[in-house]
Amino acid sequence: MNATNIGYLVQLAFIAGAALFVMGLHLMNSPAGARTGNRLSATGMIIAVVAELIQVTQAGVGLVNWAIIIGGLVVGGGLGLRMARTIAMTSMPQLVSLFNAVGGGAAALLALNDFIALNGQRVLAGGSPGLDGWRTLFILADVLIGSVTFTGSLVASAKLMGMIRGQPILIPLGRVISWIVVVSALSVSIVLILSGAGVVTYDPEILYVLLVAALVCALVFGLLMVLPIGGADMPVVISLLNAFTGTAVSMAGFVVGNVMLIVAGALVGASGAILTRLMATAMNRSIGNIIVGGFGAAEGTQTALSGADGTIREVSVDDAAIQLAYASKVIIVPGYGLAVAQAQHGVRELADLLEARGIEVSYAIHPVAGRMPGHMNVLLAEANVPYPQLREMDDINPEFERTDVALIVGANDVTNPAARTDHSSPIYGMPILDVDHARSVIVLKRSMGRGYAGIDNPLYLNPKTGMFFADAKKGLAELITAVKAL
Amino acid sequence: MNVSTLLDSLTVFVLAILLGFEVISKVPATLHTPLMSGTNSIHGIVLVGAIGLAATANNPLAGGLAFVAMAFAGANVVGGYWVTDRMLQMFKRRPTHAPDRAAK
Repeated sequence: MNATNIGYLVQLAFIAGAALFVMGLHLMNSPAGARTGNRLSATGMIIAVVAELIQVTQAGVGLVNWAIIIGGLVVGGGLGLRMARTIAMTSMPQLVSLFNAVGGGAAALLALNDFIALNGQRVLAGGSPGLDGWRTLFILADVLIGSVTFTGSLVASAKLMGMIRGQPILIPLGRVISWIVVVSALSVSIVLILSGAGVVTYDPEILYVLLVAALVCALVFGLLMVLPIGGADMPVVISLLNAFTGTAVSMAGFVVGNVMLIVAGALVGASGAILTRLMATAMNRSIGNIIVGGFGAAEGTQTALSGADGTIREVSVDDAAIQLAYASKVIIVPGYGLAVAQAQHGVRELADLLEARGIEVSYAIHPVAGRMPGHMNVLLAEANVPYPQLREMDDINPEFERTDVALIVGANDVTNPAARTDHSSPIYGMPILDVDHARSVIVLKRSMGRGYAGIDNPLYLNPKTGMFFADAKKGLAELITAVKAL
Repeated sequence: MNVSTLLDSLTVFVLAILLGFEVISKVPATLHTPLMSGTNSIHGIVLVGAIGLAATANNPLAGGLAFVAMAFAGANVVGGYWVTDRMLQMFKRRPTHAPDRAAK
């Protein structure tokens, strides 16, 4: 078979790979088919990689080049596999963030290399046959977006790992520096694109320097963008960086002229964009507002809890156990506090006990109940909670009225009725779980500490709410013992 | 970059974005984490670009960049698919060792 025919076959393989990606994502519309979907997508990836290897072998690959290909794959693949096998499910957000970083980084490197190679030819040949204005545009889009994603995701990952503080980190003059790097990056880019288009002429050496300047500005901007964002805003940030990575990969596809990269990147970009919007809606905040940073910081004055008319009622473990054990319908509302206390297995054990008594138990999952979209579902699935019991907010909210006990473990702001009623509340308008519609509410909580938004929760003053102060894990263990004793 | 290639690529790009919106908006919230890590592995397709780069690298700088790109993309692909599979196998309709809910 001659080289041209093999080239065609390789293109067909890329189309097959892209189709498998789409089919794989399509199967993710139900938990039953999702695993097959992921495997289809992996098959598409293998086909694409093998096709590319055949393609480059055709053209002839030197020994050193094979060493780079195999060495890079073994080192990177090995590290990736190691992390994927050992990572705890609570740490998924940082792993996903890390993969965003390397994906965006790799895409930026492709464009960087392409620029260097073509700019080098410019020196030899005079003029630049390959590096025209359009190509420069895509190279810059790739380098800028990829670099912002790279440093931004690394910071997000480090925050989630606790390597740097999770609270918003405010850099003096951060806003000003951000503007400076953005404006510099964009103006340098315009000069480079104009020079690619032949409107202006510079020495290739100067163009190198300009490209590196744009790269550095983008790396700095990534840092400045994510450092001031607080831990609980991570679901939005990770989704946004995911969308960025996808876009960067698409741009890399334009640069190296590979349609499969364009398709795959566009799919990821769309997914990231959808999730970003969902997360921002679930927190009732605009994406701009999160990027600009600092929740409580901007909110300033705090309306004191208008609760002189209410007192907090504490409930003992035995009373809580009795309420739960003699209910006919219980909804458990897990929040990130549950994951922090590693109490997923405890909550499931309690649910099993209640179910054994014939009680209907389900879990109400707020979209931002974890540190990334859908995080809480994975944590509960890991604790062996069957997925039909994991219910989305809109789906379960009408059921609270028919619920005897809503048991809240480690969640706060997402249950705050002020979001529905109090126009002056900073979280007014945020969609919440209507736990106060249940006949009674038990809040398992370490102390009266405020949630992420730093506001009081009038739910705790509601006469039908009983506060059970304990660490989530210990409290659940006590509840389990008490229910067993009944 | 000639204009007709550019327009072809743009067409594919725009349609793929629309297709992505269509397919992904049907994914339930329960699966959003695996979705994100799954799309994460998909953007590891940048590996294909990295192979092309590594195969043609003819100086130490390009070789170094290619090696890093290969390692990054390799980690992205292998780790991404593996961890997504690990997560998805945990999603079960029924508990593995618990009272039979179907009997109720």
